[in-house]
Amino acid sequence: MKLLVSRAVVGALLGAATSLASAQDMTGAGATFPAPIYAKWADAYNKTTGARLNYQSVGSGAGIQQIRAKTVDFGASDMPLADDVLAKDGLVQFPTVIGGVVLVVNIKGIAPGQIKLTGQVLGDIYLGKIMKWNDAALTALNPGVPLPDEAISPVRRADGSGTSFIFTNYLSKVNSDWKARVGEGTAVNWPTGAGGKGNEGVAAFVQRLPNSIGYVEYAYAKQNKMTYTLLKNKDGNFVAPDADNFKAAAAGADWNKTFFQVLTDQAGKEAWPISGATFILMYKAQEKPVSAANTLKFFEWAYANGDKMADDLEYVPLPASVKDLVRKSWGANIKDASGKSIAWK
Amino acid sequence: MAAALPASAYLGEEGKIRSHMKDRPPVARRASPWVDTLFSALAHGAAWLTLALLAGILISLVIGAAPAMRAYGLSFLWTSEWDPVQNRYGGLVMIYGTLMTSLIALIIAVPVSFGIALFLTELSPLWLKRPLGTAVELLAAVPSIVYGMWGLLVFSPILSQYVQQPLQSVFKGVPLLGSLFSGPPVGIGLLSAGIILAIMVIPFIASVMRDVFDVTPPMLKESAYALGSTTWEVVWKVVLPYTKTGVVGGIMLGLGRAIGETMAVTFVIGNFNQLNSLSLFEAANSITSALANEFGEAAPGLHQASLMYLGLVLFLITFVVLSISKVLLQQLKRREGAVT
Repeated sequence: MKLLVSRAVVGALLGAATSLASAQDMTGAGATFPAPIYAKWADAYNKTTGARLNYQSVGSGAGIQQIRAKTVDFGASDMPLADDVLAKDGLVQFPTVIGGVVLVVNIKGIAPGQIKLTGQVLGDIYLGKIMKWNDAALTALNPGVPLPDEAISPVRRADGSGTSFIFTNYLSKVNSDWKARVGEGTAVNWPTGAGGKGNEGVAAFVQRLPNSIGYVEYAYAKQNKMTYTLLKNKDGNFVAPDADNFKAAAAGADWNKTFFQVLTDQAGKEAWPISGATFILMYKAQEKPVSAANTLKFFEWAYANGDKMADDLEYVPLPASVKDLVRKSWGANIKDASGKSIAWK
Repeated sequence: MAAALPASAYLGEEGKIRSHMKDRPPVARRASPWVDTLFSALAHGAAWLTLALLAGILISLVIGAAPAMRAYGLSFLWTSEWDPVQNRYGGLVMIYGTLMTSLIALIIAVPVSFGIALFLTELSPLWLKRPLGTAVELLAAVPSIVYGMWGLLVFSPILSQYVQQPLQSVFKGVPLLGSLFSGPPVGIGLLSAGIILAIMVIPFIASVMRDVFDVTPPMLKESAYALGSTTWEVVWKVVLPYTKTGVVGGIMLGLGRAIGETMAVTFVIGNFNQLNSLSLFEAANSITSALANEFGEAAPGLHQASLMYLGLVLFLITFVVLSISKVLLQQLKRREGAVT
């Protein structure tokens, strides 16, 4: 009897301990943009397997720092690291989901999708060269649209952000003056405009300021029913920002060579020009192969079962071909101390 | 205990006392001496810990800022370029923004707070005193992010339409004032940040002022009234001179709050790292707002070090403000006898 009781106690204690920190758990930190989908995946994954993900959405820059400091099992970044940087740090990166950056405007009497923009014009607006909505460059693109004789108030992110990186990367590709004067990065020296903190800050500014233009993540624009604009892509078509067009941008990229793909200004009839994937960073040589296996199992599960959830939250799942490439890369690159591939299947 | 000690000193000389003491057993007052020691150690410890924390923060700020200090030296203070892409940093825009918004806040908050305190202590009917005083203090309990969102969504449109646009049309072409009021009248920028800050510091300054006005001895005030003084004369010539130390202290408390405020400022200041004009309507940035926005994503190296440097500058600004207020108070005290 006594033995039984003590066994029960030990069992209960063990149970409590495993529920506190299971051997299947993993930790990650980084980008805020994919945090909602990671949380949703983690919740569903927890229900099926019992494993838990502790993800701190601290920002891409902080995520890169944390994985370098090895305080987490994986880092997450909206800005892909260049291949030589990855090699230097002994890291691998792979994409998880795709998103798009959408331009939103607040002009009286203008409906969603009514205004057409090009990268050149957009760059000039954010450089402060095009100051008014009825500028010749804008009226030429939008014949018949009642553009007001009012000053444009550009709105952008005040905080460092992967969204800003994708946006400025696009402007640098399509507007040479922008590239020379401002450049690309998570934070840049904005020549004009008011800065809002986070997507919600930019959205609030755009809704507040008459005749403003700003850029936010697609999910944000869609959920708030904001007035988006069309944008001319590399193939010369004016496209609307939607999931299919983000997917088209991802399909146009050559993922075979490297996962360092910024999906801006991609070729493709339907491709939305300001798309971007978000990335996971892990070490090639794993000191903790068990955690690494847990992490890879989680993302494998998410690739296999998470597309519907991503759709629900307005993210775009990766094309199947890209997922296969990622799986191949895991096998080839992520190893334990003895050089054996991490078992994630 | 202090009384017992001299008594024991008399013991050798005065036998009487000794015999007197024998009658009643001495009361053991030092029940547990180690409690005293412990308490004293704790009290010392608390004081020293605070100092050590202060020193630690200062040292870690200096270490963190060292790369930027080496790269720019003091020129950081008057360089306005802030370019994370080219990795070139200067803090002038943020320093200017912090000082300017705090200045605007004080210019508005001090007279208003003085009026509130004067009304509450001298003019208000008795039944209104308590509820009004509490309401002013409650303003201090509103979280700063609420002020920020209110400022952005409610206040700035009103400011833009009813203050900035009329000001701009009135002062158009006037040399100095015209340039102060140029720029886009959208309700986001230095002026709105300053006004929001003023609203935030008013409860601090007003409640300190009211409290110190209240401690003015009634005899002084009543004597002045008896001599035929008006309320204004009583406040200006009796209450204010009597309470100036406390009033200056309250203003400095408010200024400290204004300089360090982050969340509310970042909502309405526009977070714009360029210094194009002296206009109060122009979007700008403050030190705290830049830190809050950029620290999370700042790359290690010069960007982070420059933000640390900004933090250090803020530390120094606060320190200077505190020192000036101390000097001011001392001079006020010294002149106390001379001015009658």
